[in-house]
Amino acid sequence: MSSEQQPFITDESRVVTETRDSRITGQGDRFNSRLREAFGSSPFILTKFDKFLNWCRGSSMFMLQFGIACCSIEMMHTYAVKHDLDRFGSGVPRASPRQADVMIVPGTIVSKFAPRMKRVYDQMPEPKFVVGMGSCTISGGPFQEGYNVIKGAEEVIPMDIHVPGCPPRPEALVYGVVKLQERVANGEAAPVTVKPYELEQFGDLERDELVDALVDQIDEDELVMRYNFADSP
Amino acid sequence: MSLEPLDSPDADVIPERTPEELEALLGDLVLARDDHLNAPGFVIRPDTVQETLSILKEQAGYDHLSLVTAQEYENRYESIYHLKKFDDPTQEVSVVVPADKDQPVSESGEAVFRTADWHEREAYDLVGIEYDDHPDLRRILLPQTWQGHPLSLDYDMNQPQIAALPAHVNPIQDHHRDDESDTMFLNIGPHHPATHGVLHLKTVLDGEQVVDIESDIGYLHRCEEQMAQSGTYRHQIMPYPDRWDYISAGLLNEWAYARAAEDLADIEVPEYAQVIRTMGAEMCRIAAHMLALATFALDVNGDFTATFMYAINDRERVQNLLEDLTGQRLMFNYFRLGGVVWDLPEPREEFFSKTRDFLDQLPGNIEEYHNLVTSNEIFQMRTIDTGILPPEVAKNYGATGPVLRGSGVDYDLRRDDPYGYYDELDWDVITEDGCDNYSRLLVRMQEVEESAKIIGQCVDLLEDWPEDERTIQANVPRTLRPDDDNEIYRAVEAAKGELGIYIRSDGTDKPARFKIRSPCFSNLQTLPEMANGEYIPDVIAALGSLDIVLGEVDR
Repeated sequence: MSSEQQPFITDESRVVTETRDSRITGQGDRFNSRLREAFGSSPFILTKFDKFLNWCRGSSMFMLQFGIACCSIEMMHTYAVKHDLDRFGSGVPRASPRQADVMIVPGTIVSKFAPRMKRVYDQMPEPKFVVGMGSCTISGGPFQEGYNVIKGAEEVIPMDIHVPGCPPRPEALVYGVVKLQERVANGEAAPVTVKPYELEQFGDLERDELVDALVDQIDEDELVMRYNFADSP
Repeated sequence: MSLEPLDSPDADVIPERTPEELEALLGDLVLARDDHLNAPGFVIRPDTVQETLSILKEQAGYDHLSLVTAQEYENRYESIYHLKKFDDPTQEVSVVVPADKDQPVSESGEAVFRTADWHEREAYDLVGIEYDDHPDLRRILLPQTWQGHPLSLDYDMNQPQIAALPAHVNPIQDHHRDDESDTMFLNIGPHHPATHGVLHLKTVLDGEQVVDIESDIGYLHRCEEQMAQSGTYRHQIMPYPDRWDYISAGLLNEWAYARAAEDLADIEVPEYAQVIRTMGAEMCRIAAHMLALATFALDVNGDFTATFMYAINDRERVQNLLEDLTGQRLMFNYFRLGGVVWDLPEPREEFFSKTRDFLDQLPGNIEEYHNLVTSNEIFQMRTIDTGILPPEVAKNYGATGPVLRGSGVDYDLRRDDPYGYYDELDWDVITEDGCDNYSRLLVRMQEVEESAKIIGQCVDLLEDWPEDERTIQANVPRTLRPDDDNEIYRAVEAAKGELGIYIRSDGTDKPARFKIRSPCFSNLQTLPEMANGEYIPDVIAALGSLDIVLGEVDR
């Protein structure tokens, strides 16, 4: 009986593969992994709940699809073919901050954008992590002297990892993200905020010359960010 | 949408006029002459701007307002309108409008050239000149609550500033409310995957149709002009152009600065370096157009899909070549005034064969894109006859590059105002006259093939170049101090269009004023023309087909 006459019946003898053999016989690496050996005869693991959760978090990170400047081009390359960040379990860019765990800040932050970035960051659910990509997120980079440039993303939101470079190569960003995963898995993530520019209601600002000048333009309850450029690093 | 042709007679009939003839044409309007290195300059009174511009546009055929430069001197403010002809961009004229130091007010040119709208808003924002008769004189790059004008002479960089995060209201709600219909306000961006960066579109919808769209830019205003003004000509400015249009178009941008500064300081670039520049620049163009294709397919077809990955793959290949050539993947910093920083990588044969391999497989890949994208019926339904930009409207807005050529206007500075080695090579300017989203994409894809032709010819030339004539840099003084009070405006054809640089020297080793004419800035201005009355998905397609990059829009 040839297979053409009975197309839907699988010929058992043809599909027994090496994998299947090893599953049946209990041989082979894939099913006798070191993890399995570590379990011993018991199918249970005993661990701390936090540790387990951290391991889960570090192993599956949802990134925010967030392009700002030059670095976002290299970030796109990191997500795409060749570098393929997905290999490390962190390559699903989410368009909404409400679905994301990690925000890569890929570019220069300027005065008009900082309140928006803060808002996007606030919209991400906890626990959330930030990877600063490029020199601009460290210090303002080549634009540090600019009248409109925030001297580092750390002035606005907490940062976990800095990836230096202008722009960093995709390999460097992969390294940064993997480092973050490592730290998260080990429960070590401890973001630092240098000097936070806060979003606050205009009415809550301390009255001074600048605030007086803007009283007619801004409502009491409108959210504003105040920059003290004189104190910038 | 103003479809009727503007009243300019065919420029073929208008002969080139000498500066003296132009001066006679303008008559009493001219107060004095203030010639620039690239063009004659006529000083006029601040209340005769519209009259002067319309005479030059309608009677002398200067139909392209390339740039408006504003600057402050010790004793006055000044706006310069840099005019050109679309038929022959080597014919240029500058209209210089001084304004009072204490009360800088000048008439707006917006009534004559639509593109002056944004340029004058920027001049108001950064320098502080007020334009009479301007339809909407607000800040454009900085937050509306900014204090002071940062490129004016007495600006204090250390003063505190407040930026607001306003709750948006529908700006035209009252006008569009009747018993049956109601409008809805929709914010697109500044953090949105379809805006190609940090662009904010304030959109008002009636049902699914767009009735009003306003681009809110400035979310990436990194003070590029200030950076250039605080750097020395020789080395400190060159790294910045890479970061204007950062879609790997670095060498094209560097060339804009190099061309302006070399003409300003009278530097002759060796022929060998020109060939290398031409080759590198066209590689950049391929990389930039590939990303345009990738993101356009992303906007129209969906998430990270096949076309995106394929196009990024091709970009990786060309970036590898550029990395071999320049040492960097994205920010090349490869040009120097007077040439390039180093010769081709050794062994040269390997570089040539790698380049040829890339060129050999490119036609097959482009075929693949045509199969995937341009011959896809759904894609065609989304893009053909959507986002219409008639040629006269495009010209009026100062649109250039693939956007203008997609509207059927045959304008390419590489051929019309030749620089580098382009006029020695065999290639064509691509135009499509569909005026729609589809045409603009087709132009880009065919330009990739033309760029490949150029690269191929450059490789042949470089391969046979005699070893003892491989001069990569001219002799340039260590410190470059161009003469006092020279002004020049020079443009090159970058990936997105005409990228121009205005430099005024003041005898020191740093420019006194450095103004960037960004093609995306003018191209983006056409968006309402293409979007009003269309459906919201067509707006996204139209924006994608404009191929803007916010680093260059905001600078």
